[in-house]
Amino acid sequence: MYSQAVLTALLAWPVVAAAAVLLVPERWAKHVALAASLVEFAISVPLWWTFRPAAGMQFVLDVPWISFWGIRYTVGVDGISLFMVLLTTFLVPLSVLGSYAYITTRERGFYALLLVLTSGMIGVFVSLDLFLFYVMWEVMLIPMYFIIGVWGGERRLYAAIKFFIYTFFGSLLMLVAILVLVSQVGHQTGVYSFSYAYLTAHLGGLGSAAFWLFGAFFLAFAIKVPMFPFHTWLPDAHVEAPTAGSVILAGVLLKMGTYGFLRFALPLFPAVALHPAIQAAVVTLALIGIVYGGLVAMVQPDFKKLIAYSSVAHLGFVMLGIWALTLQSVQGALLVMINHGISTGALFFLAGMLYERRHSRLIDAFGGIAKVVPLLAAALTIVSLSSIGLPATNGFVGEFLVLLGAFRTYPRAAIVATTGVIVAAMYLLPALQRVIYNPLDKPENEKLADLTPREIAVLAPLLACIVWIGVYPAPILRRMEPAAKQLIQSVRLDAATFTATR
Amino acid sequence: MSLDLTTTADLARALSPELTLTAAGMLALLVTAWRHTSARDLRIVGWVTLAGLAAGGVAVWWLWSQGARAAGPPSMIAVDAFRFVTDALFLAAAGLTVLASFDYLEREALLVPEYYVLLLFATLGMMLMAGGEDLMVIFLGLELMSVSVYVLAGINRTSGAAAEAALKYFLLGAFASGFLLYGIALVYGATATTNLTAIAAQVRTQSLAQSPLLLIGLGLVLVGFGFKVAAVPFHMWAPDVYDGSPTPVTGYMATAVKAAGFAALFRLLVEAFGGVAAWKPIVWWLAVATMVAGNFIALAQRTVKRMLAYSSVAHAGYLLVAVAVGSWPASAALLVYLFAYTVVTLAAFALLAALGREGERAVRIDDLAGLAQRRPWLALALAVCMLSLLGFPGTAGFIGKWYILVAATMAHESVLAAILVLTSVVSAGYYLPVIMAMYMKPEPFDQAHAGVRLGRPAAVVVAACVIGLLVLGIRPNALLQLGRESALLAPTPAPAATTATGR
Repeated sequence: MYSQAVLTALLAWPVVAAAAVLLVPERWAKHVALAASLVEFAISVPLWWTFRPAAGMQFVLDVPWISFWGIRYTVGVDGISLFMVLLTTFLVPLSVLGSYAYITTRERGFYALLLVLTSGMIGVFVSLDLFLFYVMWEVMLIPMYFIIGVWGGERRLYAAIKFFIYTFFGSLLMLVAILVLVSQVGHQTGVYSFSYAYLTAHLGGLGSAAFWLFGAFFLAFAIKVPMFPFHTWLPDAHVEAPTAGSVILAGVLLKMGTYGFLRFALPLFPAVALHPAIQAAVVTLALIGIVYGGLVAMVQPDFKKLIAYSSVAHLGFVMLGIWALTLQSVQGALLVMINHGISTGALFFLAGMLYERRHSRLIDAFGGIAKVVPLLAAALTIVSLSSIGLPATNGFVGEFLVLLGAFRTYPRAAIVATTGVIVAAMYLLPALQRVIYNPLDKPENEKLADLTPREIAVLAPLLACIVWIGVYPAPILRRMEPAAKQLIQSVRLDAATFTATR
Repeated sequence: MSLDLTTTADLARALSPELTLTAAGMLALLVTAWRHTSARDLRIVGWVTLAGLAAGGVAVWWLWSQGARAAGPPSMIAVDAFRFVTDALFLAAAGLTVLASFDYLEREALLVPEYYVLLLFATLGMMLMAGGEDLMVIFLGLELMSVSVYVLAGINRTSGAAAEAALKYFLLGAFASGFLLYGIALVYGATATTNLTAIAAQVRTQSLAQSPLLLIGLGLVLVGFGFKVAAVPFHMWAPDVYDGSPTPVTGYMATAVKAAGFAALFRLLVEAFGGVAAWKPIVWWLAVATMVAGNFIALAQRTVKRMLAYSSVAHAGYLLVAVAVGSWPASAALLVYLFAYTVVTLAAFALLAALGREGERAVRIDDLAGLAQRRPWLALALAVCMLSLLGFPGTAGFIGKWYILVAATMAHESVLAAILVLTSVVSAGYYLPVIMAMYMKPEPFDQAHAGVRLGRPAAVVVAACVIGLLVLGIRPNALLQLGRESALLAPTPAPAATTATGR
């Protein structure tokens, strides 16, 4: 019972809760939203224990939806999507709690949208039907668009429409690619089906079309990741979004791009993805992302923008890990995805807390505040170190695995990527120094309030995860290993057969 | 039920919807002759019209449920599910327009009950047009519809813009009719018949596919229809006419008139010219030009009505994609898209009529700023309409667009599909600012939205349309079934699906 209903419950509950949030009085909205998101988290937690790593796709529910077009409502998770779902349900309650003081206008709308967004994000991670996946991929766009556009900073309108149009552009091309894929496979086999399992099992003979189809999927996912040079929407969206928006954007939305590569682009078009020219291009772009993201982050005066560019760099590691396609590198990539959600999420929370105190995001507005707000300073230090990838924090484990795995496939690329870790230290440590150390030279900063219990409640789970994954990642790695292994094998095997038969 | 159209009784049965509507039109005209002064008279005629439309709907439904089919030699009128579905669409669009007009006409002091009579006759013309199996019937239906709509466009005699719209529409419409009629004459010259199926038979047996006379005739017919459906480069009239006409009439023109044009065009091309390959590239290029120009020009518009006018040009482009593909999924997609588009556009224009307030001020997109705080439900409805026009998943607009894309990709028209989605991205650039203004910008001054009133009948129309859009966006199965069963072309076995229409 639980195993069939859980994913659908995870999809439906936030929508129901969103309606409830809209109906209660304004001042209760945030409490109801918090309770609802905690319930959502509680529904998802048993997944962790009941998940059987070796069993492949599980918690599957498969019912007809639009039979006329061969569309079914198919949901399920494996070792790749499990952690994305858990990360989402974990971050949403924290985002709600973190918005208590930040969001002061039209609260009902905000929390309702946040809950609807949760549904959309989980939908992307659990869909096993390409139509359902596309619908979810688009549907989560609208709440995010409103969250940025209504509750964002000064240039929110510009950021919101840029975010929307970039993503919409990529995803519509993916829509055409999905349709062409289904109709080609349908022509050959006589069955028109959007089922992921069916399509991956009947891929032969796409011929030269595969290249264009891969291109369309690549564009959609690369914009979302975002890979250099498609990243320009990200700094605007991150900077203008309210704290919760930034956290969800960095924590979950960016992972949809890399998840899309793992789940769709690679298994559907293995021969194209592993074509030497494509490999070279993707790895080069990933490396540019790592180094360029870091270098640009170094010169940002705005703390949120700095974090935004650091995301570009981190996601570059993920792309490198995915394309290296060894067990360590893929596991590492998955782990970086989780870590980035936790660490960067925490960084955005902290940036938001600083902003709520000083109403400035500029690094120069602070300085020496460690004396005034010791708890906040300690939290910021730990989170920054984890983002840099210091051993014994989560950041280290993921990036180390990526580099280790990538070294076997692309030794030179791994060497370049390693410099990215150094660059990370070069932009985060000086920023940290300028914010919390240095002399306390601004009188406004002398009376800052330290973390409130609510803020501690937001940060504590994140800090706990940073340490836990840093010290003992084995339970996570164990759960993702069979799925990663199976993905690598099938992609490599399919690529080999396609290349041989051509 | 098999109808032998050579006998009077069966012909009357086959024409029962049209006859019902004619009778209703006459009745409404009679009522108008006696009662044409007060708002109450206006309402009476409105309800008579609604009753007439409902009776016509019952007649259509009766024929449909009996599974009426024509037997015997080719005749003037088609008896098939395609006709019944399009008839139902026109009747529904007219009914919704009547409901949306109640408050509008009273607010604007347009106490002209003939308004409703003209709506009835225009609808009758559409039904003849879409059901015509003969070029002459199609032309007569088209003229009946056009003349009624010319008058409707200028029904507000005190408005300069309306007079301009009516005159422009009339002049260019007459011009287009000239093209069409000359084209029909040339086709008749080449094939010695005006019956659609007989033309197809002549083309086949006399191998006329390359005949210059026929091709020129076909080209002129395409030009004539291009004017009627506002395809680029024949769209010049559309924005001014849409802008100047009374808003509910604009909604009616953008939906029912366009749907009638497409239904007749599709029937004509598929039934009479299925064996002539020449129209495919022409329609292909018309579709591309219409999508590109419509979307890009809409980007530059500042008033909501003009923006919607150009957006309706863009939607004509999407529909032309279905026509250009011309396979059986495309004929089903055309119906589904027309249905979704009609529902959303009628709702959008009903909302716009309310937003225009007294005197029909031009509503700029910026004027909507802060509407969401003042009128949350109205803003929500308009936002859903915009998303559906954009083709966003979860709305019926997406299902329609998806279906056209399915048809295009199945017929290996991937380039056309790609152009369709790319121009759709452009359309986000003018649909989103409406949402943005309503939700993300502050009210420019206090009471900026005072006086925005959506009357009860219009509110019912909007609510029904918006709920319908959302329901069909999530569960479109019934609509798709309907589209498939009433498609003009029959499904063929999978491999032959794309070659069925002579590609």
